[in-house]
Amino acid sequence: MKAMLLTLFLLPTLAGIIAFFVTSHSARRWLLIGAAIAHTLLTSACWVREPAPTPGGWMLLDAPGLLFLTLTSVLFLAVSVYALGYLRREDWGRRQDFEEGFLFTNAREATFTGCLLLFLAMMTLVTMSQHFGLLWVAVEATTLVSAPLIYFHRHSRSLEATWKYLMICSVGIALALLGNFFLAVAATLGEQSHVPMTLGNLIDRAQALNAPWLKAAFLFLVVGYGTKLGLAPMHTWLPDAHSEAPSVISALLSGALLNCAFLAILRIQQVCLAAGHGQFGQSILLGFGLLSMVVAAVFILKQNDFKRMLAYSSVEHMGILAFAIGLGGLANFGAMLHAVNHSLTKGMLFLVAGNILAAYKTKSTSDIRGVVQILPVSGALWVAGFLAITGSPPFGPFLSELVILKSALDQGRVFVAAAYLALLCIIFVGMAAHVLRMYQGVAVIPSAGLPSGQVADVDSSCLDKPVAESSLAVAPAIALCIAVLVLGIYIPPALQTILERAARALAG
Amino acid sequence: MDLLLDTSIVLLLLTNLKLIASSRIAACIRAVAFQGIVFGIMPLLVGKDPLTLRVCMLSGAAIILKGIVFPWLLLRALQAANVRREMEPIVGYTPSIVVSGVLLAIAMWLGRQLPLPVPASSPLMAPLAMFNTIIGLFVVVSRRNALTQVLGYLVMENGIYAFGLAFALQEPLLVELGVLLDAFMAVFVMGITVFHIGREFDHMDTDRLSLLRD
Repeated sequence: MKAMLLTLFLLPTLAGIIAFFVTSHSARRWLLIGAAIAHTLLTSACWVREPAPTPGGWMLLDAPGLLFLTLTSVLFLAVSVYALGYLRREDWGRRQDFEEGFLFTNAREATFTGCLLLFLAMMTLVTMSQHFGLLWVAVEATTLVSAPLIYFHRHSRSLEATWKYLMICSVGIALALLGNFFLAVAATLGEQSHVPMTLGNLIDRAQALNAPWLKAAFLFLVVGYGTKLGLAPMHTWLPDAHSEAPSVISALLSGALLNCAFLAILRIQQVCLAAGHGQFGQSILLGFGLLSMVVAAVFILKQNDFKRMLAYSSVEHMGILAFAIGLGGLANFGAMLHAVNHSLTKGMLFLVAGNILAAYKTKSTSDIRGVVQILPVSGALWVAGFLAITGSPPFGPFLSELVILKSALDQGRVFVAAAYLALLCIIFVGMAAHVLRMYQGVAVIPSAGLPSGQVADVDSSCLDKPVAESSLAVAPAIALCIAVLVLGIYIPPALQTILERAARALAG
Repeated sequence: MDLLLDTSIVLLLLTNLKLIASSRIAACIRAVAFQGIVFGIMPLLVGKDPLTLRVCMLSGAAIILKGIVFPWLLLRALQAANVRREMEPIVGYTPSIVVSGVLLAIAMWLGRQLPLPVPASSPLMAPLAMFNTIIGLFVVVSRRNALTQVLGYLVMENGIYAFGLAFALQEPLLVELGVLLDAFMAVFVMGITVFHIGREFDHMDTDRLSLLRD
């Protein structure tokens, strides 16, 4: 198919626009599922036959692009199945906030579905943009269409989170635009001649680029897109947005959006490598990566909110990705594999967190006990997800974190490797304390923690026996869990090929 | 032509000082609107070649968005809220003016040090771009009011746009329009958020948005 890439982008765009105007709830929900399935099918077709680039080479699906497109698409499919159940069980009238007791409503469901589909469209555009300007436009657009999703529950906390998200990411991405212009200056060869701003052209003629301007561009782009990626110290929007957004949205933010920002940083690193400044970029990414892991470790240890804990874990894993790219060599392969593992695991964890939140009506880890009794399936998935995300065998992240460690040791960077390992251990302990405490114990009645009379005791009586878990709420998480488990044992040859090709793109 | 360009650059520098010195938010919005219009006209002034359709389209889109649509959106958000003035900025007005003077001097000095592959259309262009970017960032971090912060973001965006103009960078039209469209969407979404903040909290002081913390 000639216009495959355009179709991939336009399909969710159109579906999103239509969703704003569909009044029937069931029709809109089927539109969401339909678009998600169609997007996944089109994406899998790209695995069979490489899609043709658009004229001028602005859109092209290379190995890193295809990898991240597939992750986005698969995760979106899982999320939209979960959303089907979520939207059905949401109470659309005025209802009470379970933390502070005030009344709030939700945004319109049409706005939610429409923005969700547009979000998919923009992330798709990021994965296939080869032109740095287009890439910027797409990344900024993902911020703007996802802001209404974070402000889905209309109350003061989500509004605060949305404001921070918008302001911090917009300013960050404005710096990335400045970085783009610096790159354009670096690519200006003379009065009338300049290298076009597409990745292929820049790599081919990288030696001719002006070195100081290229380095300045790299710095601005890493800080700009790094804000979106959640690298410390620009990560401050991330825990707020992830904890206040509905869990379906948190899953997408963490599993898909962060990858898109990572891809944007990979692109400029590719140019740096080709120009012979790979070492410069690597040392900066290594530093940001380790710093992010330190910050995440500190905040995970003292975290009492399980969604914020997962958000800081995302900061950690984005740090690991930056760290791995900073190491280079074999770690590039590890980074690609780890991006896959992290997306699937974190998506699953946020979906399960949504189930726990719906049953217990609190995000505080000290108020939640006995998830295993109340939610047997979600409880098991919660622990499995915890083991996976902290890098325990036999799950996928173990393998990718091991590859990265091996690469650090092979390069003889013992101190860096030791720091990496120590931080992983601290985070394991920190998360274990919270997750296992939530999992075990005797379930307490959720409304007991709130001032008496504020919450109707409808749910509390039935919470000493298992709550019925709907298949829509657990099936997507089970599927993701199985995928993570399989990836820890066996990497399919097709995936192996793409991972290797993606890693080679960063080999310099 | 050069006289016209230099005059407008000086005008732009002055609008930034107006933004820094004024406590009335409506006046700040009008200053940024004026800045938007002047920036919109600039592509017509910097080009060495005869006017092309591309330049005219860009200029028209920039004038309409930056000069008319953005201010209108922000004024509407202002009317919805019960706030007229920025009461107590984190950095007071007099220190702000001193800071902006220092920043201007730094921008002037630094802007001339940049090793440029192509001479800019005016020696003042690079300092202007730097001053706008830095002063925009300064407004974002030194003001409490959400609307003033959006204005700061806009001024910063203008500075970056000026950087593109300074070197007559040949970005394809589609990309430039995309950037403008994104800026429009950003102001639109921020405007709506500010509107909600005004309604939800009865104030627009972002430093009092402090429920979420570790």
